Amino acid sequence: MPRRPSAAARPLGPAEAAPLFAALGDETRLRLVSNLCKSGPTSIARLTEGTDVTRQAITKHLRVMKGAGLVRASWQGRESLWELEPERLEDARRWLDVISKQWDAALGRLKKLVEG
Amino acid sequence: MTTPTDRIEKKLLLRAPRDRVWRAIADAKAFGSWFGVRFDGVFAPGAHMTGTVVPTQVDAEVAKTQKTYEGARFEVTIETMEPQRLFSFRWHPFAVDPKVDYSGEPTTLVVFELQDATEGTLLTLTESGFDGIPLARRAKAFSMNEQGWTGMMPLIEKYLAQTS
Repeated sequence: MPRRPSAAARPLGPAEAAPLFAALGDETRLRLVSNLCKSGPTSIARLTEGTDVTRQAITKHLRVMKGAGLVRASWQGRESLWELEPERLEDARRWLDVISKQWDAALGRLKKLVEG
Repeated sequence: MTTPTDRIEKKLLLRAPRDRVWRAIADAKAFGSWFGVRFDGVFAPGAHMTGTVVPTQVDAEVAKTQKTYEGARFEVTIETMEPQRLFSFRWHPFAVDPKVDYSGEPTTLVVFELQDATEGTLLTLTESGFDGIPLARRAKAFSMNEQGWTGMMPLIEKYLAQTS
């Protein structure tokens, strides 16, 4: 079936989506995403603060996320700052868009029924 | 913790009285007629039942597309029913592969909330808990839906263009 071609809205294929969800599918990593959402570019030291996760573990998680294209690092002096790749997070949200469209369709039918 | 990937929220104005909307949602048979499912039980708080996908009776064209999933079964557990105001249930999203036992997996929570609006009834739908769904299933569901629903989009767009 034809789908409106738009590079920006191109849906991820399952082969591409799986590593992305794998990268997000860990509580520590989800918390990192949440923290980076709130604070913007952040050092590993700050990301480790107030958690019982070691600096080494955080670094490892960030590398996994970097591998999935979820985060990127930049250097500031001797410290690296980590931030989200907003586009990639958008991909994860696209999965919800699919479910979201199903609800649109179902609710459209509900509307037709109750208004008819 | 709520992340951007955990929940969906929809708001929809229905030009119909609240009582009519409530009956279309909180009655298993009425719900089935627009959703495209037949339940083997009656909606009541705590009730657990099986739904079987059947083509919707509301739209002939969409019904044709739904033929793909006809006969697929899924489990639903009703949580809350506050007459005229709130209806919620839990289910396994995309649990349509007959070879897989989903009973041990986390569920998502679907909530329908009704409010009076000047021109009818405001319906708020939320589905949450997606982050708890196993990763392999999320990726699989994603591909299934790409195949199953891409064909529906032109129909939905057509429908929305007619009603807006």
